[in-house]
Amino acid sequence: MTAIKETLTGPIFKNNPIALQILGICSALAVTSSLKVTLVMCIALTLVTAFSSMSISSIRRHIPGSIRIIVQMVIIASLVIVVDQFLKAYAFTISKQLSVFVGLIITNCIVMGRAEAFAMKNPPLASFVDGIGNGLGYSVVLIAVAVVRELFGSGKLMGFEVLPLVTEGGWYIPNGMLLLPPSAFFLIGGFIWVLRSVRTEQVEEPEFKLARHTPVGEGV
Amino acid sequence: MSSNDSIRKTLIVAFSLCIVCSVIVSAAVVMLQPVQEVNKTLDRKRNILAAAGLLVEGQSIDEQFTHVKTRVVDLTTGKFADDAVNIERYNQRKAAKDPGKSEALSPEQDVAKIQRREQYALVYIVQNPAGEIEKIILPIRGYGLWSTLHGFIALESDANTVAGLGFYEHGETPGLGGEVDNPRWKASWPGKLVYRDGDVHIGLIKGAVDPAAEEARWEIDGLAGATLTSKGVTNLVHFWLGEDGFEPFLNNLRAGEA
Repeated sequence: MTAIKETLTGPIFKNNPIALQILGICSALAVTSSLKVTLVMCIALTLVTAFSSMSISSIRRHIPGSIRIIVQMVIIASLVIVVDQFLKAYAFTISKQLSVFVGLIITNCIVMGRAEAFAMKNPPLASFVDGIGNGLGYSVVLIAVAVVRELFGSGKLMGFEVLPLVTEGGWYIPNGMLLLPPSAFFLIGGFIWVLRSVRTEQVEEPEFKLARHTPVGEGV
Repeated sequence: MSSNDSIRKTLIVAFSLCIVCSVIVSAAVVMLQPVQEVNKTLDRKRNILAAAGLLVEGQSIDEQFTHVKTRVVDLTTGKFADDAVNIERYNQRKAAKDPGKSEALSPEQDVAKIQRREQYALVYIVQNPAGEIEKIILPIRGYGLWSTLHGFIALESDANTVAGLGFYEHGETPGLGGEVDNPRWKASWPGKLVYRDGDVHIGLIKGAVDPAAEEARWEIDGLAGATLTSKGVTNLVHFWLGEDGFEPFLNNLRAGEA
Protein backbone atom coordinates (compact mmCIF):
# COMPACT_ATOMS: atom_id res chain seq x y z
CA MET A 1 0.00 0.00 0.00
CA THR A 2 2.82 2.40 0.83
CA ALA A 3 4.38 1.62 -2.54
CA ILE A 4 1.14 2.64 -4.26
CA LYS A 5 0.97 5.82 -2.21
CA GLU A 6 4.55 6.61 -3.09
CA THR A 7 3.81 6.05 -6.78
CA LEU A 8 0.90 8.46 -6.51
CA THR A 9 2.47 11.29 -4.52
CA GLY A 10 6.08 10.92 -5.63
CA PRO A 11 5.68 12.68 -8.97
CA ILE A 12 3.97 15.70 -7.43
CA PHE A 13 7.02 17.35 -5.88
CA LYS A 14 9.75 14.77 -5.43
CA ASN A 15 9.94 13.58 -9.03
CA ASN A 16 7.86 16.18 -10.83
CA PRO A 17 7.62 15.45 -14.58
CA ILE A 18 7.91 19.10 -15.58
CA ALA A 19 10.23 20.45 -12.90
CA LEU A 20 12.65 17.55 -12.54
CA GLN A 21 12.32 15.56 -15.74
CA ILE A 22 11.61 18.70 -17.85
CA LEU A 23 8.95 16.88 -19.89
CA GLY A 24 5.76 18.26 -21.39
CA ILE A 25 6.88 21.88 -21.50
CA CYS A 26 5.25 22.81 -24.82
CA SER A 27 1.66 22.45 -23.69
CA ALA A 28 2.57 24.12 -20.41
CA LEU A 29 3.45 27.23 -22.41
CA ALA A 30 0.46 27.15 -24.67
CA VAL A 31 -2.59 26.54 -22.51
CA THR A 32 -1.80 28.35 -19.28
CA SER A 33 -3.04 31.86 -20.05
CA SER A 34 -6.38 31.09 -18.44
CA LEU A 35 -7.03 28.89 -15.42
CA LYS A 36 -10.25 27.30 -16.64
CA VAL A 37 -8.67 26.03 -19.84
CA THR A 38 -5.65 24.84 -17.87
CA LEU A 39 -7.80 22.78 -15.51
CA VAL A 40 -9.49 21.02 -18.40
CA MET A 41 -6.13 20.35 -20.02
CA CYS A 42 -4.81 18.91 -16.73
CA ILE A 43 -7.79 16.60 -16.34
CA ALA A 44 -7.48 15.47 -19.95
CA LEU A 45 -3.78 14.76 -19.64
CA THR A 46 -4.14 12.97 -16.30
CA LEU A 47 -6.85 10.70 -17.66
CA VAL A 48 -4.92 9.92 -20.83
CA THR A 49 -1.72 9.16 -18.91
CA ALA A 50 -3.52 6.96 -16.38
CA PHE A 51 -5.57 4.95 -18.85
CA SER A 52 -2.83 4.60 -21.45
CA SER A 53 -0.39 3.39 -18.78
CA MET A 54 -2.98 0.92 -17.54
CA SER A 55 -3.79 -0.45 -20.98
CA ILE A 56 -0.17 -0.70 -22.02
CA SER A 57 0.74 -2.37 -18.74
CA SER A 58 -2.04 -4.94 -19.08
CA ILE A 59 -0.73 -6.12 -22.45
CA ARG A 60 2.95 -5.52 -21.69
CA ARG A 61 3.82 -9.22 -21.77
CA HIS A 62 2.51 -9.52 -25.32
CA ILE A 63 4.01 -6.42 -26.90
CA PRO A 64 6.76 -7.38 -29.36
CA GLY A 65 9.88 -5.33 -28.73
CA SER A 66 10.22 -4.35 -32.36
CA ILE A 67 6.91 -2.49 -32.52
CA ARG A 68 6.63 -1.47 -28.88
CA ILE A 69 6.72 2.31 -29.42
CA ILE A 70 4.13 2.09 -32.19
CA VAL A 71 1.84 0.00 -29.99
CA GLN A 72 2.13 2.61 -27.23
CA MET A 73 1.43 5.43 -29.68
CA VAL A 74 -1.66 3.71 -31.08
CA ILE A 75 -3.12 3.29 -27.60
CA ILE A 76 -2.29 6.85 -26.56
CA ALA A 77 -3.59 8.33 -29.81
CA SER A 78 -6.89 6.43 -29.53
CA LEU A 79 -7.41 7.66 -25.97
CA VAL A 80 -6.61 11.23 -26.97
CA ILE A 81 -9.16 11.13 -29.79
CA VAL A 82 -11.78 9.82 -27.38
CA VAL A 83 -10.99 12.59 -24.87
CA ASP A 84 -11.10 15.18 -27.66
CA GLN A 85 -14.50 13.94 -28.80
CA PHE A 86 -15.83 14.08 -25.24
CA LEU A 87 -14.60 17.64 -24.81
CA LYS A 88 -16.21 18.68 -28.09
CA ALA A 89 -19.47 17.20 -26.88
CA TYR A 90 -19.53 18.38 -23.28
CA ALA A 91 -17.15 21.36 -22.98
CA PHE A 92 -17.44 22.95 -26.40
CA THR A 93 -16.16 26.46 -25.65
CA ILE A 94 -13.16 25.18 -23.74
CA SER A 95 -12.36 22.61 -26.40
CA LYS A 96 -12.35 25.46 -28.92
CA GLN A 97 -9.78 27.34 -26.85
CA LEU A 98 -7.67 24.23 -26.34
CA SER A 99 -8.04 23.52 -30.06
CA VAL A 100 -4.98 21.67 -31.29
CA PHE A 101 -3.42 21.16 -27.87
CA VAL A 102 -5.75 18.32 -26.91
CA GLY A 103 -4.58 16.48 -30.01
CA LEU A 104 -1.02 17.31 -29.08
CA ILE A 105 -1.36 15.31 -25.83
CA ILE A 106 -0.34 12.45 -28.13
CA THR A 107 3.10 13.97 -28.46
CA ASN A 108 3.31 15.00 -24.81
CA CYS A 109 6.52 13.47 -23.54
CA ILE A 110 4.99 12.69 -20.14
CA VAL A 111 2.46 10.19 -21.51
CA MET A 112 4.99 8.43 -23.70
CA GLY A 113 7.68 8.65 -21.03
CA ARG A 114 5.54 6.99 -18.37
CA ALA A 115 4.40 4.28 -20.78
CA GLU A 116 7.96 3.40 -21.69
CA ALA A 117 9.59 3.89 -18.30
CA PHE A 118 6.95 2.56 -15.92
CA ALA A 119 4.01 0.80 -17.56
CA MET A 120 6.18 -1.61 -19.55
CA LYS A 121 7.63 -3.02 -16.33
CA ASN A 122 4.86 -2.74 -13.75
CA PRO A 123 1.38 -4.24 -13.22
CA PRO A 124 -1.73 -2.40 -14.42
CA LEU A 125 -2.90 -0.98 -11.07
CA ALA A 126 0.50 0.48 -10.20
CA SER A 127 0.77 1.90 -13.74
CA PHE A 128 -2.66 3.49 -13.45
CA VAL A 129 -1.70 5.13 -10.16
CA ASP A 130 1.62 6.22 -11.64
CA GLY A 131 -0.27 7.84 -14.51
CA ILE A 132 -2.56 9.71 -12.10
CA GLY A 133 0.44 10.79 -10.01
CA ASN A 134 2.35 12.13 -12.99
CA GLY A 135 -0.80 13.84 -14.26
CA LEU A 136 -1.09 15.52 -10.86
CA GLY A 137 2.56 16.55 -10.95
CA TYR A 138 1.97 18.14 -14.36
CA SER A 139 -1.22 19.76 -13.05
CA VAL A 140 0.51 21.32 -10.03
CA VAL A 141 2.98 23.19 -12.22
CA LEU A 142 0.39 24.15 -14.83
CA ILE A 143 -2.10 25.42 -12.27
CA ALA A 144 0.59 27.45 -10.50
CA VAL A 145 1.67 29.00 -13.80
CA ALA A 146 -1.92 29.62 -14.88
CA VAL A 147 -2.88 31.33 -11.62
CA VAL A 148 0.01 33.78 -11.96
CA ARG A 149 -0.58 34.37 -15.67
CA GLU A 150 -4.32 34.90 -15.49
CA LEU A 151 -4.26 36.91 -12.26
CA PHE A 152 -1.52 39.34 -13.27
CA GLY A 153 -2.02 39.16 -17.02
CA SER A 154 -5.73 39.86 -17.16
CA GLY A 155 -6.70 40.56 -13.55
CA LYS A 156 -9.04 37.60 -13.38
CA LEU A 157 -9.24 34.09 -11.98
CA MET A 158 -11.48 31.49 -13.63
CA GLY A 159 -12.89 34.41 -15.63
CA PHE A 160 -13.99 36.33 -12.52
CA GLU A 161 -12.54 39.76 -11.95
CA VAL A 162 -10.09 39.90 -9.04
CA LEU A 163 -7.98 42.94 -9.86
CA PRO A 164 -10.13 45.59 -11.58
CA LEU A 165 -8.34 46.73 -14.76
CA VAL A 166 -7.63 50.35 -15.63
CA THR A 167 -9.31 49.85 -19.00
CA GLU A 168 -12.50 48.86 -17.21
CA GLY A 169 -12.43 51.64 -14.65
CA GLY A 170 -10.29 49.96 -11.97
CA TRP A 171 -6.73 50.55 -10.85
CA TYR A 172 -4.72 47.57 -12.06
CA ILE A 173 -2.51 47.87 -15.14
CA PRO A 174 -2.16 44.31 -16.45
CA ASN A 175 1.19 42.87 -17.42
CA GLY A 176 0.59 41.99 -21.06
CA MET A 177 3.71 39.86 -21.31
CA LEU A 178 2.14 37.30 -19.00
CA LEU A 179 -0.50 36.57 -21.65
CA LEU A 180 2.19 35.60 -24.16
CA PRO A 181 3.69 32.10 -24.17
CA PRO A 182 7.29 33.07 -23.24
CA SER A 183 6.17 34.22 -19.79
CA ALA A 184 5.40 30.60 -18.91
CA PHE A 185 9.09 29.83 -19.45
CA PHE A 186 10.10 32.35 -16.79
CA LEU A 187 7.44 31.10 -14.41
CA ILE A 188 8.38 27.44 -14.85
CA GLY A 189 12.02 28.43 -14.40
CA GLY A 190 11.09 30.21 -11.17
CA PHE A 191 9.06 27.19 -10.04
CA ILE A 192 12.04 24.88 -10.61
CA TRP A 193 14.33 27.27 -8.76
CA VAL A 194 12.03 27.40 -5.71
CA LEU A 195 11.54 23.63 -5.76
CA ARG A 196 15.25 22.93 -5.95
CA SER A 197 16.04 25.45 -3.21
CA VAL A 198 13.69 23.58 -0.88
CA ARG A 199 14.63 20.08 -2.04
CA THR A 200 18.34 20.44 -2.59
CA GLU A 201 18.68 16.76 -3.55
CA GLN A 202 17.10 17.68 -6.90
CA VAL A 203 20.01 19.93 -7.86
CA GLU A 204 21.92 18.20 -10.60
CA GLU A 205 25.67 17.67 -10.49
CA PRO A 206 27.25 19.98 -13.05
CA GLU A 207 28.28 17.98 -16.10
CA PHE A 208 31.58 19.82 -16.34
CA LYS A 209 33.42 22.63 -14.60
CA LEU A 210 34.75 25.71 -16.27
CA ALA A 211 38.52 25.88 -16.07
CA ARG A 212 40.03 28.82 -14.20
CA HIS A 213 41.05 31.81 -16.23
CA THR A 214 44.54 31.56 -17.56
CA PRO A 215 46.61 34.22 -15.78
CA VAL A 216 47.51 37.17 -17.97
CA GLY A 217 50.64 36.59 -19.99
CA GLU A 218 50.69 32.85 -19.59
CA GLY A 219 48.33 31.96 -22.43
CA VAL A 220 50.29 33.69 -25.18
CA MET B 1 9.51 -14.06 -24.15
CA SER B 2 11.41 -14.61 -27.39
CA SER B 3 8.21 -15.88 -29.06
CA ASN B 4 6.89 -12.31 -28.70
CA ASP B 5 9.31 -11.16 -31.35
CA SER B 6 8.30 -13.68 -33.99
CA ILE B 7 6.81 -12.18 -37.14
CA ARG B 8 3.60 -14.10 -36.54
CA LYS B 9 3.11 -12.70 -33.04
CA THR B 10 4.07 -9.19 -34.14
CA LEU B 11 1.47 -9.23 -36.90
CA ILE B 12 -1.22 -10.65 -34.62
CA VAL B 13 -0.60 -8.03 -31.92
CA ALA B 14 -0.47 -5.16 -34.41
CA PHE B 15 -3.62 -6.29 -36.17
CA SER B 16 -5.73 -6.97 -33.10
CA LEU B 17 -4.62 -3.74 -31.43
CA CYS B 18 -5.66 -1.76 -34.50
CA ILE B 19 -9.07 -3.44 -34.53
CA VAL B 20 -9.70 -2.78 -30.83
CA CYS B 21 -8.54 0.84 -31.01
CA SER B 22 -10.49 1.65 -34.14
CA VAL B 23 -13.66 0.21 -32.64
CA ILE B 24 -13.23 2.35 -29.52
CA VAL B 25 -12.49 5.51 -31.50
CA SER B 26 -15.32 5.09 -33.98
CA ALA B 27 -17.79 4.22 -31.23
CA ALA B 28 -16.89 7.42 -29.38
CA VAL B 29 -17.17 9.53 -32.52
CA VAL B 30 -20.48 8.07 -33.62
CA MET B 31 -22.08 8.22 -30.19
CA LEU B 32 -21.02 11.77 -29.43
CA GLN B 33 -21.73 13.27 -32.84
CA PRO B 34 -25.34 14.36 -32.17
CA VAL B 35 -24.30 16.25 -29.03
CA GLN B 36 -21.44 17.90 -30.91
CA GLU B 37 -23.72 19.04 -33.73
CA VAL B 38 -26.08 20.65 -31.23
CA ASN B 39 -23.12 22.40 -29.62
CA LYS B 40 -21.87 23.74 -32.93
CA THR B 41 -25.24 25.20 -33.85
CA LEU B 42 -25.68 26.72 -30.41
CA ASP B 43 -22.22 28.23 -30.60
CA ARG B 44 -22.95 29.83 -33.97
CA LYS B 45 -26.24 31.27 -32.75
CA ARG B 46 -24.55 32.51 -29.61
CA ASN B 47 -21.86 34.29 -31.64
CA ILE B 48 -24.44 35.97 -33.80
CA LEU B 49 -26.47 37.20 -30.85
CA ALA B 50 -23.40 38.27 -28.88
CA ALA B 51 -21.90 40.17 -31.80
CA ALA B 52 -25.14 42.00 -32.32
CA GLY B 53 -25.29 42.87 -28.64
CA LEU B 54 -28.57 40.99 -28.27
CA LEU B 55 -27.35 38.17 -26.07
CA VAL B 56 -29.00 37.96 -22.66
CA GLU B 57 -26.99 35.72 -20.33
CA GLY B 58 -28.95 33.01 -18.57
CA GLN B 59 -31.67 32.76 -21.18
CA SER B 60 -31.97 29.89 -23.59
CA ILE B 61 -30.13 30.74 -26.79
CA ASP B 62 -32.60 28.86 -28.95
CA GLU B 63 -35.41 30.89 -27.44
CA GLN B 64 -33.58 34.16 -28.06
CA PHE B 65 -32.86 33.08 -31.61
CA THR B 66 -36.54 32.57 -32.47
CA HIS B 67 -36.79 36.26 -33.40
CA VAL B 68 -33.87 35.92 -35.77
CA LYS B 69 -34.46 34.82 -39.31
CA THR B 70 -31.59 33.50 -41.42
CA ARG B 71 -31.66 34.69 -45.04
CA VAL B 72 -29.32 34.27 -47.99
CA VAL B 73 -28.09 37.33 -49.87
CA ASP B 74 -26.54 37.32 -53.32
CA LEU B 75 -23.72 39.79 -52.81
CA THR B 76 -23.46 40.66 -56.49
CA THR B 77 -27.08 41.62 -57.03
CA GLY B 78 -27.75 42.60 -53.45
CA LYS B 79 -31.02 40.66 -53.36
CA PHE B 80 -32.27 37.84 -51.22
CA ALA B 81 -31.58 34.45 -52.78
CA ASP B 82 -32.94 32.01 -50.22
CA ASP B 83 -33.20 29.16 -52.70
CA ALA B 84 -29.63 29.45 -53.95
CA VAL B 85 -28.09 27.50 -51.10
CA ASN B 86 -29.23 25.20 -48.35
CA ILE B 87 -29.24 27.46 -45.27
CA GLU B 88 -28.77 24.57 -42.85
CA ARG B 89 -25.79 23.19 -44.69
CA TYR B 90 -24.17 26.27 -46.23
CA ASN B 91 -20.67 26.91 -44.90
CA GLN B 92 -19.83 30.47 -45.80
CA ARG B 93 -16.22 30.22 -44.74
CA LYS B 94 -15.67 27.21 -46.95
CA ALA B 95 -17.49 28.84 -49.83
CA ALA B 96 -15.19 31.85 -49.61
CA LYS B 97 -12.24 29.59 -50.43
CA ASP B 98 -13.98 27.59 -53.15
CA PRO B 99 -13.24 29.06 -56.61
CA GLY B 100 -16.63 27.83 -57.82
CA LYS B 101 -18.53 29.70 -55.15
CA SER B 102 -16.46 32.83 -54.78
CA GLU B 103 -14.63 35.38 -56.87
CA ALA B 104 -11.12 36.74 -56.53
CA LEU B 105 -10.81 40.37 -55.50
CA SER B 106 -8.46 42.80 -57.19
CA PRO B 107 -5.95 44.51 -54.87
CA GLU B 108 -7.94 47.78 -55.12
CA GLN B 109 -11.16 46.09 -54.08
CA ASP B 110 -9.56 43.97 -51.41
CA VAL B 111 -9.13 46.52 -48.63
CA ALA B 112 -9.94 43.89 -45.99
CA LYS B 113 -7.22 41.55 -47.38
CA ILE B 114 -9.49 38.55 -47.68
CA GLN B 115 -8.47 37.65 -51.27
CA ARG B 116 -11.76 36.00 -52.27
CA ARG B 117 -15.35 36.94 -51.65
CA GLU B 118 -18.14 34.37 -51.66
CA GLN B 119 -21.14 34.81 -53.92
CA TYR B 120 -23.73 34.12 -51.24
CA ALA B 121 -23.70 35.37 -47.68
CA LEU B 122 -25.94 34.41 -44.79
CA VAL B 123 -27.49 37.39 -43.05
CA TYR B 124 -29.60 37.38 -39.94
CA ILE B 125 -32.68 39.53 -39.67
CA VAL B 126 -34.17 40.31 -36.27
CA GLN B 127 -37.89 40.83 -36.62
CA ASN B 128 -40.47 42.15 -34.22
CA PRO B 129 -43.70 40.19 -33.73
CA ALA B 130 -45.35 42.21 -36.51
CA GLY B 131 -42.76 40.95 -38.98
CA GLU B 132 -40.98 44.28 -39.42
CA ILE B 133 -37.22 44.37 -39.57
CA GLU B 134 -35.64 45.56 -36.34
CA LYS B 135 -32.00 44.74 -36.85
CA ILE B 136 -29.81 43.37 -39.61
CA ILE B 137 -26.83 41.23 -38.62
CA LEU B 138 -24.10 40.87 -41.24
CA PRO B 139 -21.03 38.64 -41.18
CA ILE B 140 -17.73 40.52 -41.53
CA ARG B 141 -14.12 39.46 -41.70
CA GLY B 142 -10.74 40.90 -42.55
CA TYR B 143 -7.08 40.92 -41.73
CA GLY B 144 -5.75 42.75 -38.68
CA LEU B 145 -2.12 42.51 -37.63
CA TRP B 146 -1.58 38.76 -37.28
CA SER B 147 -4.83 37.13 -38.15
CA THR B 148 -8.15 37.26 -39.89
CA LEU B 149 -10.80 38.65 -37.57
CA HIS B 150 -14.20 36.98 -37.94
CA GLY B 151 -17.25 38.70 -36.54
CA PHE B 152 -20.65 40.25 -37.07
CA ILE B 153 -21.93 43.78 -37.31
CA ALA B 154 -25.53 44.60 -36.49
CA LEU B 155 -27.35 47.55 -38.04
CA GLU B 156 -30.62 49.17 -37.01
CA SER B 157 -33.58 49.01 -39.38
CA ASP B 158 -32.45 52.24 -41.14
CA ALA B 159 -29.45 50.21 -42.43
CA ASN B 160 -27.18 53.05 -41.39
CA THR B 161 -27.01 53.13 -37.59
CA VAL B 162 -24.76 50.55 -35.93
CA ALA B 163 -26.47 48.38 -33.33
CA GLY B 164 -23.44 46.38 -32.33
CA LEU B 165 -20.19 44.79 -33.43
CA GLY B 166 -18.19 41.87 -32.19
CA PHE B 167 -15.59 39.34 -33.22
CA TYR B 168 -15.86 35.69 -32.31
CA GLU B 169 -12.52 34.58 -33.65
CA HIS B 170 -9.20 36.36 -34.01
CA GLY B 171 -5.54 35.94 -33.12
CA GLU B 172 -4.53 39.51 -32.34
CA THR B 173 -2.06 40.34 -29.56
CA PRO B 174 -3.65 39.85 -26.13
CA GLY B 175 -3.97 43.17 -24.31
CA LEU B 176 -3.39 45.29 -27.44
CA GLY B 177 -5.20 44.25 -30.63
CA GLY B 178 -7.00 41.65 -28.55
CA GLU B 179 -8.88 44.53 -26.95
CA VAL B 180 -11.38 44.25 -29.82
CA ASP B 181 -13.08 41.94 -27.32
CA ASN B 182 -13.20 44.62 -24.63
CA PRO B 183 -16.86 45.19 -23.73
CA ARG B 184 -16.26 48.90 -23.09
CA TRP B 185 -14.78 49.39 -26.55
CA LYS B 186 -17.56 47.37 -28.17
CA ALA B 187 -20.09 49.49 -26.31
CA SER B 188 -18.82 52.56 -28.18
CA TRP B 189 -20.15 51.20 -31.50
CA PRO B 190 -23.94 51.27 -31.07
CA GLY B 191 -25.46 54.52 -32.28
CA LYS B 192 -22.63 55.40 -34.68
CA LEU B 193 -23.49 56.05 -38.32
CA VAL B 194 -22.03 54.10 -41.23
CA TYR B 195 -22.72 56.14 -44.38
CA ARG B 196 -22.14 59.78 -45.11
CA ASP B 197 -23.41 61.05 -48.49
CA GLY B 198 -23.59 57.47 -49.72
CA ASP B 199 -20.03 56.50 -48.81
CA VAL B 200 -18.88 54.35 -45.91
CA HIS B 201 -17.46 56.87 -43.51
CA ILE B 202 -17.35 55.03 -40.21
CA GLY B 203 -13.88 54.27 -38.87
CA LEU B 204 -11.48 54.06 -35.97
CA ILE B 205 -9.39 57.14 -35.28
CA LYS B 206 -6.11 57.53 -33.44
CA GLY B 207 -6.79 58.28 -29.79
CA ALA B 208 -10.14 59.09 -28.29
CA VAL B 209 -13.15 60.58 -30.07
CA ASP B 210 -14.04 64.17 -29.18
CA PRO B 211 -17.76 63.84 -28.44
CA ALA B 212 -18.40 67.52 -29.26
CA ALA B 213 -17.06 67.28 -32.81
CA GLU B 214 -19.39 66.99 -35.78
CA GLU B 215 -17.38 63.98 -37.02
CA ALA B 216 -17.90 62.06 -33.78
CA ARG B 217 -21.03 60.39 -35.14
CA TRP B 218 -18.87 58.36 -37.54
CA GLU B 219 -15.83 57.90 -35.32
CA ILE B 220 -14.79 55.21 -32.88
CA ASP B 221 -11.85 55.26 -30.45
CA GLY B 222 -8.77 53.56 -31.84
CA LEU B 223 -7.30 50.67 -29.87
CA ALA B 224 -4.35 51.90 -27.81
CA GLY B 225 -1.08 50.33 -28.96
CA ALA B 226 -2.75 48.49 -31.82
CA THR B 227 -2.57 50.74 -34.88
CA LEU B 228 -2.60 47.88 -37.38
CA THR B 229 -5.50 46.05 -35.76
CA SER B 230 -7.43 49.35 -35.64
CA LYS B 231 -6.73 49.92 -39.34
CA GLY B 232 -7.74 46.35 -40.06
CA VAL B 233 -11.08 46.81 -38.31
CA THR B 234 -11.74 50.05 -40.21
CA ASN B 235 -10.81 48.36 -43.50
CA LEU B 236 -12.97 45.32 -42.97
CA VAL B 237 -15.99 47.41 -42.00
CA HIS B 238 -15.38 49.55 -45.10
CA PHE B 239 -15.17 46.49 -47.31
CA TRP B 240 -18.21 44.67 -46.01
CA LEU B 241 -20.44 47.72 -45.88
CA GLY B 242 -19.01 49.01 -49.16
CA GLU B 243 -20.00 48.34 -52.77
CA ASP B 244 -18.26 44.95 -52.93
CA GLY B 245 -19.87 43.92 -49.68
CA PHE B 246 -23.39 44.51 -48.46
CA GLU B 247 -23.99 48.07 -49.74
CA PRO B 248 -26.10 46.97 -52.75
CA PHE B 249 -28.15 44.76 -50.46
CA LEU B 250 -28.63 47.49 -47.86
CA ASN B 251 -29.64 49.97 -50.60
CA ASN B 252 -32.19 47.49 -51.93
CA LEU B 253 -33.42 46.87 -48.42
CA ARG B 254 -33.94 50.58 -47.77
CA ALA B 255 -35.78 50.91 -51.07
CA GLY B 256 -37.86 47.87 -50.16
CA GLU B 257 -36.61 45.93 -53.19
CA ALA B 258 -34.48 43.26 -51.62
